[in-house]
Amino acid sequence: MSGHLFQANNVVAGYRPDLPIIHGVSMHVDAAEMVTIIGPNGAGKSTMIKAIAGVLPISSGSVTLAGKDITRLPTHGMAAASIAYVPQTDNVFTTLTINENLLLGASSLPKAKALEQVGKAYDKFPALKQYRDKKAKVLSGGQRQMLAVARALLTDPHLIMLDEPSAGLSPLMVSDVFARLRELVESGVSVLMVEQNAKAAMAVSHRTYVLAEGRNRVEGVSSALAQDPEVIAIYLGAGGRKR
Amino acid sequence: MLQALADGILTGSIIALGAIGLTLTMGILRFANFAHAEMITWGAYMALGALALMGPFMAPLGALSFGLPLIIAMVIAAVLTSLLALMIDHLVFRPLHGRPNDMTIVFSSFGVSLLVRMVVLLIFGGSAQYYSNTLQIAVPVAPGLRILPDQLFVLGFTIVTVISLHFFLQRTRLGLAMRALAENPTLARVNGIDTRVVIRWTWVIGASLAAVAGVLYGLTVQLRPEIGFHLLLPLFAAVIIGGVGNVFGAVVGGLIVGLAESLSVFIIPPSYKLAVPFIILLIVLYVRPTGIFGSAHHAGAK
Amino acid sequence: MTGFAAYLVFFLIIALTYSIVVMGLNLQWGFTGLFNAGVVGFFAVGAYGTAVLIGPERAGAIGGFGLPFPIGVLGGAALAALAALIVGLATLRLREEYLAIATFGIAISIQLIALNFEALTGGAMGLISLPRPMLDVFSSPAHYNLFYLGVVAILALVVYLALERAVTSPWGRVLKAVREDETAARSLGKNPVLIRLQSFVLGCTLIGFAGGLYVGFIGYVSPLDFLPILTFQIWAMLIVGGSGNNRGAIAGAIGVWGLWTMSGLLISQVLPVQFQSQGGAIQVILIGLLIVLTLLFRPRGLIGERETVSKHAGPR
Repeated sequence: MSGHLFQANNVVAGYRPDLPIIHGVSMHVDAAEMVTIIGPNGAGKSTMIKAIAGVLPISSGSVTLAGKDITRLPTHGMAAASIAYVPQTDNVFTTLTINENLLLGASSLPKAKALEQVGKAYDKFPALKQYRDKKAKVLSGGQRQMLAVARALLTDPHLIMLDEPSAGLSPLMVSDVFARLRELVESGVSVLMVEQNAKAAMAVSHRTYVLAEGRNRVEGVSSALAQDPEVIAIYLGAGGRKR
Repeated sequence: MLQALADGILTGSIIALGAIGLTLTMGILRFANFAHAEMITWGAYMALGALALMGPFMAPLGALSFGLPLIIAMVIAAVLTSLLALMIDHLVFRPLHGRPNDMTIVFSSFGVSLLVRMVVLLIFGGSAQYYSNTLQIAVPVAPGLRILPDQLFVLGFTIVTVISLHFFLQRTRLGLAMRALAENPTLARVNGIDTRVVIRWTWVIGASLAAVAGVLYGLTVQLRPEIGFHLLLPLFAAVIIGGVGNVFGAVVGGLIVGLAESLSVFIIPPSYKLAVPFIILLIVLYVRPTGIFGSAHHAGAK
Repeated sequence: MTGFAAYLVFFLIIALTYSIVVMGLNLQWGFTGLFNAGVVGFFAVGAYGTAVLIGPERAGAIGGFGLPFPIGVLGGAALAALAALIVGLATLRLREEYLAIATFGIAISIQLIALNFEALTGGAMGLISLPRPMLDVFSSPAHYNLFYLGVVAILALVVYLALERAVTSPWGRVLKAVREDETAARSLGKNPVLIRLQSFVLGCTLIGFAGGLYVGFIGYVSPLDFLPILTFQIWAMLIVGGSGNNRGAIAGAIGVWGLWTMSGLLISQVLPVQFQSQGGAIQVILIGLLIVLTLLFRPRGLIGERETVSKHAGPR
């Protein structure tokens, strides 16, 4: 079973221990791999990555990253364990400046290293630099997404998880965000993302997991799944109509 | 009139110190802590106890009524008040966290406030006490305005404390973490912040400010076990005027409440002074519940 | 009657009066989740309102209308409802804790009015020699007390039955819906703010009503009967009895009032005179401990064993 960078085995989780939303979901992500999770509403996609990130409690199952068990790690320990998470909404601190948002993302690093990493983030996302001392509430949706990703990358994580990075963005911004993520993967970071925009997400990712009713439904190489009649009928069709 | 203004600013600055601690805890710990005002009482009396142990060894500093021992006593009081706050958090508030009704914690703080007040009464008795019996001579500053050197000290000390706190919140990592936690606890944790540590420091800062406010109150007015009980409403009014979680707002709110209390004597009989914060509170809640500086984020509205 | 029996009657009148207060508070906290931190204020409004309406005329004073007692009590309750409306309208659309702060504030303000507005309230002296309803019908004070106990017991029973019906009525179901899932209730077209306001005002009306009954029995009002500690005592009765449970509310009122009077008696008997005030502090500490410890360890209350209807009553 080992060998994968990231592995989740039979994860059971939910908002309350007595009411699980996902009932034993398994998945893995390899180094420099981009993986998408799709599924209908209520399938437990967001719950899954929230549970991995430690935001929701895992009642059974296990999660490992680079061979280390991170199942019971508190949320604040995830950054140090090389796993980053970008929530779908409220993913930046609107009352803090851009620079403070970035400094905060480097909280788990020593101060000198944190400043160095923030400097690098501005190099990677030069568009953020001009807003350095502005409150994040002035940013547009796309800029917020950029800031959230930049913040998540500050700790040089092995794996970055994103909850619907394309939600609420214009089509142009969507392709920009996906291109950015693709660049990340090429630089060696693994990406695990939940997407409603199944077609676009599958077009850029290596593999896809389809969840339904809190369980694994189908999984496979994205390009092959995108041709699968069942997946097209149920998920791609639905996803397409939604937009 | 001038004298009332000066008195109002003085009272207001003490209310402000207490309100800063309350607004921080309300913003970060997310509940209205009815026991916060009792931290003021506790701090004032802990300083009295510390002073009694040290004895009045040193002569007063300059024109002030007190010497170095009071400053040391203030530090000891801040430590002892922080310990009390951490103990209450550990024994009462943390175990009640996650109960289905959020108001259970608020209610428990109401019960705790009674306990703290009564313990102070039991240990120190109910009669008024003073840190020093030295009589001070009020210095005429302007026609119709006399100020005690101690009062100037209180004002200066408050200003220094507020400015230091501002720099702490703006410039340090812990300050940044506190502001982040106030806005979005989950995102703060996702960013690698150990919220338990930040919450502990929030208690320490809030309690220390309360202790300082208590000592300054004891210095300029007197010590009674009901200090906190009488300050609770002014503190809440100041916090809500300034917007919950807003430190600068709490200072302005404190000054507004202090001034309104002391100027109210020109309109209503002085015996109703304690009701003034309630009137202000009602007006703010009806007219602008987010407070003067309240942002949508910490809005009072649901 | 023996001295003990007479005392028991006296004790039960007060305890049952308080039980109506506790049931009013239970409607607010146990069934709606509203934290009223100024119970004593609404109790005092009811009491003073009744006193002003039924009292004899006094020179240079406001009030003294000499109205019949039942009208006085209802008037007092209506005044308490008005006070509840003032704070409820200001706060119930806001964060939940604002109601707690505002009720605390109004209680303080009411205490100040009671103490200082001499023309209306008699100030520190209070209003004395108020007519006690139907006093002349009875041959002895003991008989009268027995009669009054009957009146209070029947009224407490009526309040109990009415509340039990109310919480199982359609209105009670909406109350429950608002408490359990505000968003869902809103989507069903129920206005949560209005429902909360109704529950809060009704609860305060009951508290004020009890204040009127209290005045009818003791025959005077004085600020000393309405100290902030009463709020804590009433809360202790509710918490010990188990919030969300009206039978527990009555049992809690009798139990805690019994504990309070007995501990007071014990302190006055056992402690030397110079330690009496410390004894008083210990008595109050017991109330505080009772509240905090019950919340922590017996969230369903010490007495009420019935499955409570309140989600606030226990850990999930």
